[in-house]
Parts: sequence; structure tokens; C-alpha cells
Amino acid sequence: METKNDRRPADWGEAGSSLIPFWAYTDEEIYRRELERFFYNKHWCYVGLEAEVPNPGDFKRTAIGERSVIMVRDAEGGINVVENVCAHRGMRFCRERHGNRKEFVCPYHQWSYDLKGNLQGVPFRRGVKQDGKINGGMPADFKPEENGLTKLKVAVRNGVVFASFDHDVESLEDYLGPVILSYFDRVFGGRKLTLLGYNRQRIPGNWKLMQENIKDPYHPGLLHTWFVTFGLWRADNKSALKMDQHGRHAAMISQRGNQQKANSVTTGVTSFKESMTLHDDRLLDVVHEPWWGEPTAVMTTLFPSVIIQQQVNSLSTRQILPRGPNAFDFVWTHFGFADDSEEMTRRRLRQANLFGPAGFVSADDGEVIEFSQDSFLSKDDGRCRAELGGREVENTDHMVTETLIRGMYAYWRRVMEI
Amino acid sequence: MIDPQSYLELAAFYSEYAAALDAGDWERWPEFFLDECVYKVQPRENFERGLPLSTMALESKGMLKDRVYGIKETLFHDPYYQRHVIGMPRVLAVEGDTIRAEASYAVFRTKPNELSTVYNVGRYIDVIRRTDQGLKLASRTCVFDSEMIPNSLIYPI
Repeated sequence: METKNDRRPADWGEAGSSLIPFWAYTDEEIYRRELERFFYNKHWCYVGLEAEVPNPGDFKRTAIGERSVIMVRDAEGGINVVENVCAHRGMRFCRERHGNRKEFVCPYHQWSYDLKGNLQGVPFRRGVKQDGKINGGMPADFKPEENGLTKLKVAVRNGVVFASFDHDVESLEDYLGPVILSYFDRVFGGRKLTLLGYNRQRIPGNWKLMQENIKDPYHPGLLHTWFVTFGLWRADNKSALKMDQHGRHAAMISQRGNQQKANSVTTGVTSFKESMTLHDDRLLDVVHEPWWGEPTAVMTTLFPSVIIQQQVNSLSTRQILPRGPNAFDFVWTHFGFADDSEEMTRRRLRQANLFGPAGFVSADDGEVIEFSQDSFLSKDDGRCRAELGGREVENTDHMVTETLIRGMYAYWRRVMEI
Repeated sequence: MIDPQSYLELAAFYSEYAAALDAGDWERWPEFFLDECVYKVQPRENFERGLPLSTMALESKGMLKDRVYGIKETLFHDPYYQRHVIGMPRVLAVEGDTIRAEASYAVFRTKPNELSTVYNVGRYIDVIRRTDQGLKLASRTCVFDSEMIPNSLIYPI
């Protein structure tokens, strides 16, 4: 007899994209399909900043989906991204997370590759001469040029590096679309970037939940005391929500508003602390930077792999590295600009206390994701209800809506054919 | 170097610090520091590469108190116990009333209904000052080896 738990989750079972089945976050087969369709085909994924590999030979190991890749600057100054899989026995040969190399050598059988991923050397390729006879060797038709590392298509825009396993992917600019591109360029306008450092956390939840968290302007003014209390993000801020034409990428745009002012958006909100004062207010020493324009915060979600954070003076990329359906690694790369004053750098670092795995604001995002996933795993027929602001997908000039989540799932359903 | 009495005092200071944190006695935590102080929890990766970012970076006793308020009032998180195991302090230098020392630590985390797990492992790099109120931290940098923070880091290390 078929029970509810035997059901093959393939049918969304509802119109629209506002009621998200819990199995979309837990099912192994769906997860595999997501890796194929979002991370390995037809999409660009974030791999890093050029500032992480400033010199020829500098490399950084990272990942796209579950695949290990290496971003490396070659002798000519170009950026290459190659898969960290030896063409011989498939070994993940690169073990350091960063460094400088003239070439890559797999230690197992010493196959060597140049910094573009071309196979350079295969020991004993032409056999070993002994007693006048040649022993072994690779077959005569072995072609080194067909046995390089997997080379990814690379796009570098204003210091940010994206890569794709899919060489037929559209251009990065078309991929982002004009609206999202303009918010990308707002942060990455071509000024030289400086690397401030990393934070890494493993969150026991489905990777999509992090995209959703930053497509959800509903929670920041409710969950995060610092946002609602100090006016950094609250429902009465002047704000806008914008998507690309597919609904996969989004920008949440907000302008700092009422600080410690009680009104209808704080009534009954326990996280709002009207009389909260800081012992050391340097934690919120916000200085408006000319390039911001009006918004004081723009959070941009680039599907599927990265979030670009500008929250007042704190800047980071947040990379999503899925690890099975029930966990992902979340890598924060904080940066500034080469022309920042020392004081501005200190300010960025100080405001970083709001973000990351210990952040006054962000620490609880990881927690709520974990506790959602806990339920998903034990309740296969449950659904999330993303219906604030209706059931449609549309750009808005306010933040009292979950439209961006609906936009993402409308796209997800189309690509996943679910 | 350091005389045996001072070393014992130093060891006692480290164990008091651990006891306060393991008891969740957050109000006591800033009192281990001078008013002008630095407290950082920094990935070893950043520390060794000279990258300035820390996971937590507080620059005064006031900021430590702001963190305590955050723990108690503003951060939503799973409750958990901490258990610190701190190695014997290694004294690097004694200059007047200042001691430079470091010590390895391992912090175990226990959440309600869960097994205890290794949470954060690293070393303290400290500058400690002798004052009329006893030893106080001028700076403590917790440089942690752990490559991944298991979701969040709420309490001080």
C-alpha cells in the first residue's frame, strides 16, 4: 500500500510558487538535479576576487557546487579557472587553499599542467628503455592536448571572477541582466579592491535557504534587533525590490530610516529595543560613501552561488557551497577599496561585527535556517508559505512582501521542470 | 623569565576565565579586561596571511559589554554549554607589569538533547597587565584552527 511517505516528490502540487514543499529542501534526487541544472550548466558561479590572486602564479582553490576548482593567474596576467581533477586518475591534486605555482603537478604520477590547464608532462609517456628495448609508454595516439584539466569559461567584471563549466553559457552581462548589473556595478565600479579576510561557516540547511534569506526583506526588521532598533532595516524604510527578467537574481535596496522610533512597524516587535544604547558606538560609526547614492544597503542575490553585501560600510561576497541537500558552506570574503583611508578600513572591519557567523545580525540567520531544515527533514508533506504581499511575482517599491522568493521559485520550477 | 608565584597566578587567571565562560557568567567576562582592550576571535587563515578580518573584533571594554547585551538580549540562537580546556600558558615575555603569553584551548559545545562536539580549537595570544585589581587582559586574540564554524559563534571563546 502506498503511504504518504512513499510518494516520489516530483509534483509541486500547487499553482504558482508561493507554497514551497519541504521536500524541495531535502530530496537527494532534486538536489542532484539542482547541481546539474544550476551549478554545472547554463549559469555563472562566483569563484572569487581578482585581488585574491594579484600576481602571476597566484592561485586560490574553491568550489562550484560540489566540484573543486582552482582560480589561477597565469604568466600573462590572465585569470583561468580549472577543475581540480587530474586527467589521469581523477585525483584532487591541489590541496593547499591558496599559494603560488609555476605549474600544477599531480603528486600521484607527476602529470603536470601549465597555469592554463594544458597537460605538459606525462612521465614515461614514451616508455622506459631497458636492455635495448622500450617498455611501456602511453599509446602512440595519446594526445596531451586532449588530456588537460577541465577548463571553465571565465568572466571577470571589475575585479570579480565568475566561471562556468558550460562554455555555451550566455555572457555574464546578459546573465545578470541590466537591472542587476547596475547594482553589481554600484559596488564593483572598477575601483581596485583590497582583500580584508575570510569567515567560513557550515550551516546545516539546504543551500536555497540562504538565497531565500537574502530575498526576504520581511525578517530583518523582526529577527534582527540591530536592524530594527537602529533603523538599518525596518519595514518603514524607503526601499525597493528588483529582479532580473527571470526572477532568479534580485536586489533588496533600502535607505536607513527611523532610528529607535516606535511606531506601527515596531508595535509588539520584541526585538525592537527603543532605549537600547551602545557602550561603544563606534560599532555603528556609519559614514556615507558617495558611490552609495540614496540607498544605505543593497543586498544582491546572484543565483545560485553568491550574495553581494553592502550594508552601510561593510562589504562582502558570501559564497554558497552546497554539501548535499542538508548543508552548505558559507564563505564570506570581506573587502574594501585600495583608495580607502586607514580610518575607512578600520570602520569596515568594525562594522564586520554585525555580519558573519558571529555577527550581531547575521549569526541568527544561520540559526533560523538550521531550525527550518530540522522540520523539513521530519515532515515531508509540509510547505513554506511565502505569501506576504500576495502570490504574484513583481518588483516593488516597498519591502512588505516575499515577492523575491516567489520569483526565485517560479524560475526554479521552470528550470527543474517540477 | 617568570617566577613560580607569578606563573601560578597566571595559570589561575586562565582557569578563572574558563570557569566564567563555562558557567555562562557573561557579566563577568568583560571584567577580565582593561577598559582599553582588544578582544578578537580570528580564523588562523586570516591571522597567518596578515588579513585583518576577525570573526569578532572588539576594541574596548564597552564593546565587550555590547556583546554581552547581544548574547543576552538581541541574538536569537540555540542555547548551548561551552567547556573550555586550556593548556598550560606559555610565557613569551615579561616586561615590567606586562606579560605576553599564549595558551592552546579547545572548546566543546553541548546543545540541548545533543552529544558534545568539538566546537572551536586554537590558541590565545595575550597581553596581560598586572594591576591593583589583579591580572587584566590588555588584549586577547583567539586564533582558531577550526576551518569551519559550526553554524554560529555566539558566546565569547
